[in-house]
Amino acid sequence: MQMHQEGTDLALDQRRVVLIAGAVAGALSFVLVAAGNPANMGICVACFIRDTAGGLGLHRAEVVQYLRPEIPGFILGSMLAALAAGEFRARGGSSPVLRFVLGFFVMIGALVFLGCPLRMVLRLAGGDLNAVLGILGFTAGILVGVLFLRRGFTLGRSSRMGVGNAMALPVLSVFLLILAVVAPAFVFTSSKGPGSAHAPVLWALAAGLVVGALAQRSRLCLAGGIRDLILIRDAHLFRGFAAIFVVALVLNVISGRFRLGFEGQPVAHSDGLWNFLGMTAVGLGAALLGGCPLRQCILAGEGDADAAMAFLGMLVGAAFAHNWSIASSPAGPTANGRIAIVVALVVMAIIGYMGAETSGKPNQQRTAGEA
Amino acid sequence: MPYRVDARGLSCPQPVVMTKKALEAMGLGAKSKALRGSEVSDASGPLEAIDVLVDNRTAMENVSRFARHSGYDADVETVKEGDDCYIVRICVRRRAQHGRP
Repeated sequence: MQMHQEGTDLALDQRRVVLIAGAVAGALSFVLVAAGNPANMGICVACFIRDTAGGLGLHRAEVVQYLRPEIPGFILGSMLAALAAGEFRARGGSSPVLRFVLGFFVMIGALVFLGCPLRMVLRLAGGDLNAVLGILGFTAGILVGVLFLRRGFTLGRSSRMGVGNAMALPVLSVFLLILAVVAPAFVFTSSKGPGSAHAPVLWALAAGLVVGALAQRSRLCLAGGIRDLILIRDAHLFRGFAAIFVVALVLNVISGRFRLGFEGQPVAHSDGLWNFLGMTAVGLGAALLGGCPLRQCILAGEGDADAAMAFLGMLVGAAFAHNWSIASSPAGPTANGRIAIVVALVVMAIIGYMGAETSGKPNQQRTAGEA
Repeated sequence: MPYRVDARGLSCPQPVVMTKKALEAMGLGAKSKALRGSEVSDASGPLEAIDVLVDNRTAMENVSRFARHSGYDADVETVKEGDDCYIVRICVRRRAQHGRP
């Protein structure tokens, strides 16, 4: 048994790491756009999973098909960092199917807004004011999620599992990288649209690995940042959020990429209501899952098989989003997209409500006040 | 005998929520309205300890950070017990009990 006093040193250390992680993520996002990624999309976990689904042929939207090396980078970077720190642990069994469903609907929300929470911040840093509606919606969704959490919502406990469970997604990541490099005929690659805009493979992979490793060390999470502010008035994770914004904003302004306004923003639409509601779905889903899409990739890299299920849910959600014309385009949200958001909000609210009733009680009992 | 919150297998933010609820249930919460029951009368003075069991480092960090920074004036100590368990011991000094004999 080893003991150590938790001191202010560690707290300061944690603060530094989360600021560095945010700053580096913001800076690398800028670099990736300069190197070829779509504007305000240096990093977008949802968009990149969507492009990956397209690259695999799970959907046939020709403008968004590309095996983005950043995604395997996040997962493998997290895995390497977790292994180095002795934090890699195969675990799972905490409502895997519900996590799949939540991941699915988080992706639906993100693709109606056109971005994950990380890209939402990057869009704002590029001057895209539609992201303000997104942030408001995201916060509203997290607020609802926090109400469920306060009521005792839980997806249940995870437990230790065989190492194969932890390896599934990292192995898939390596496979995706091999496909990206070898580019066999059955892999789809956009020749126009956002899917055709990409940084060189090695740059994208390197940036993904670095961001993945730093996000693992710092527990960086966009949803967690706002959630902790509301739930326990703790700004720790929010500092990472702020660091991404500040660094990306400064670089955009210096380089002349900053363009303030609502109309004509890159890979974005200006329908305020559906920008708001799309991110509401993302916020609610992320609060119930315990993390934003980036965080799910990071946890999956650490050996969390439940996060891997959320990732697979997002991958399948992205495929449906394009097969069923749910995803928005710069022209605006679609009719199917509006219906899908309503369904997403209803389903996730039911999951949030039921989760508190069934699983809340055992936890209360284990909060032994019987001393 | 310290209070015990078993948050093993749970991921953030649930261990923190459980810790917060437990502290409030003990009348130690930052926002607690009434202080009742479970007074410590032995030689250890008006200190109460609560042990939070978690099974991952992230939860351990979150619970300690929460205890230190959420107005509980707490001493926090963590113990690693084997591969799968961290114990975060939070020692909170009971506040002056106004209006009580």
